[in-house]
Amino acid sequence: MMVAKKREAIPAAGRGRLKRVRANYELYLLISFPVVYFLIFKYWPMYGVQIAFKDFSASQGIWGSPWVGFDHFKRFFDAYNFWQIIRNTVYLSGLNLAIAFPIPIFVALMLNQLRQQRLKRFIQTTIYAPYFISTIVLVGMLYVFLSPSSGLVNQVIKLFGGEPILFAGESAWFRPMYIFSSVWQETGFSSIVYLAALAGIDPHLHEAAVVDGASKWKRILHIDLPGIAPTIVVLFILAVGNLMNIGFEKAFLLQKDLNVDVSEIIPTYVYKIGIQRAQYSFSAAIGLFNAAINLVLLYIVNRSAKKISGNGLF
Amino acid sequence: MLTRRTKGDIWFDLINYLFLGGFTLMILYPLYFVVIASISSPDRIFSGDVWFWPRGITFDGYRRIFHEPTIWIGYRNSILYAAISAFISTALVIAAAYPLSRKDFYGRGGFMFFFLVTLFFNGGIIPTYLMMKDIHLIDSMWAVILPSAVDAFLIIIAKTFFQELPEELREAAAIDGCRNLRYLFSIVLPVSKPIIAVLVLFAVVRQWNGFFDALIYLSDGDKYPLQLVLRNILIQSQPSGNLVNDVDTLLAKQRVTELIKFGVIIVAALPLLVLYPFLQRYFVKGVMVGSVKG
Repeated sequence: MMVAKKREAIPAAGRGRLKRVRANYELYLLISFPVVYFLIFKYWPMYGVQIAFKDFSASQGIWGSPWVGFDHFKRFFDAYNFWQIIRNTVYLSGLNLAIAFPIPIFVALMLNQLRQQRLKRFIQTTIYAPYFISTIVLVGMLYVFLSPSSGLVNQVIKLFGGEPILFAGESAWFRPMYIFSSVWQETGFSSIVYLAALAGIDPHLHEAAVVDGASKWKRILHIDLPGIAPTIVVLFILAVGNLMNIGFEKAFLLQKDLNVDVSEIIPTYVYKIGIQRAQYSFSAAIGLFNAAINLVLLYIVNRSAKKISGNGLF
Repeated sequence: MLTRRTKGDIWFDLINYLFLGGFTLMILYPLYFVVIASISSPDRIFSGDVWFWPRGITFDGYRRIFHEPTIWIGYRNSILYAAISAFISTALVIAAAYPLSRKDFYGRGGFMFFFLVTLFFNGGIIPTYLMMKDIHLIDSMWAVILPSAVDAFLIIIAKTFFQELPEELREAAAIDGCRNLRYLFSIVLPVSKPIIAVLVLFAVVRQWNGFFDALIYLSDGDKYPLQLVLRNILIQSQPSGNLVNDVDTLLAKQRVTELIKFGVIIVAALPLLVLYPFLQRYFVKGVMVGSVKG
């Protein structure tokens, strides 16, 4: 990524280096503020990760608490709900990826075919909007629309003579609610990147294809899609790399006692164990386990993407 | 461009219009419905009368919302937090990004690495929580503002922007004796309004919509941001006593609660709605720069 910048020629002696630092001392002063911020708010917690291998007690502090090795990890692996939580996390995230990832690509390809610029702009303005709705309001809207007594969806079901469904309280509906609301909220915004990539495709390719009598559909398949393939690959890597990084907020808000068997995922579990029950070391271990899987995943996907298409992130 | 529409193309356009039209409607209708339902009589909503137009128009829901102190406190807190976050976040990101954008800044690779590491590794919820406890920020407004104030991703975006400023500008200023800091404040920042807008809007949206930090760090209701107040009303269906205490029967209470829900959705979304033209312009830019570099 950005780190591997070309080394500039460094003046022979250390004195030259000192001179360069001194000449720009103001810049060092400036950057010291974010550096201090990162040390406290990002690096301090990283140092605190060691409590995953310790028995943390507030009185002894992070450093003074005794080491226990992998005990907390073992306890998590042996927990009766270990596989359930892992399965829920992977399933929710995987399903979300499988459904919510391709839709923005399709929408962007279709929008790109619109000739009327004003119509195109109107559609874009509309479909980007939900992105700025907060998760709380989004889930609130879901509940309002799905309410068994007054919700619009159940009104329609009743209209056709069906029985109202208690969406919020049934495990079977947790994942559909989660994924549908993601699609509703994020599709428009996710399509921006693809639209930008499509705008970068050489128009001559399309003109030549039109002369050869290629239909719109053919051009999408043979010009547009290959043209944005690198973008798709990069975003796919990021998405798979974040598979185990699924957000806490929506799952937490949609979680009820009635659907906890499918809605309990790693982040909500960490919150429950760590913040609510104050078992710091145990929940830190679960969090660390999650982060480790995530890194491995990112590495594997990146490697294989490089092998297959020559496009990788790093 | 040549327009040679084949028969297939006509079909394609037709299907495309149908698809995009349907999709846009799917996005738009729920938003529209919230608006009309918020001014409809709750009884008409419950009987399924409200579809395209508000029925039995009433502003009772809004009246109740405006007389509810917790919502006002939440509103005030959210505005305060968003303003402070915007300032701190923007200042810190620029303070990191500007030096990093300078080729003559010795050690930029090392600093860059220092910031970027945090994109891949972080302490996680619990170690962060313990850190906050150690520095005694829990249950203060700083707990909502500081932990997520700066993201290395924003530093990348800002750095990319600064790098594109012409090098000659700085050389000319240096000849005139303009030192680094003065150059930054009197020349770079005035021409960096687009990137400042991106940073400010990112911070405002994140702060306005977020609730996680408030959920785990705040216990004092007077410090709750709007989103946590909304959570009680929208998700847990527990409007505080004042909102519905004059309503007699349980059924009526339930109906008024639903009406209030529609109203608070609008009230909560209003500030970002007002900002939406800017959001659209600058967020799109931010996403694009981020996607190229990220």
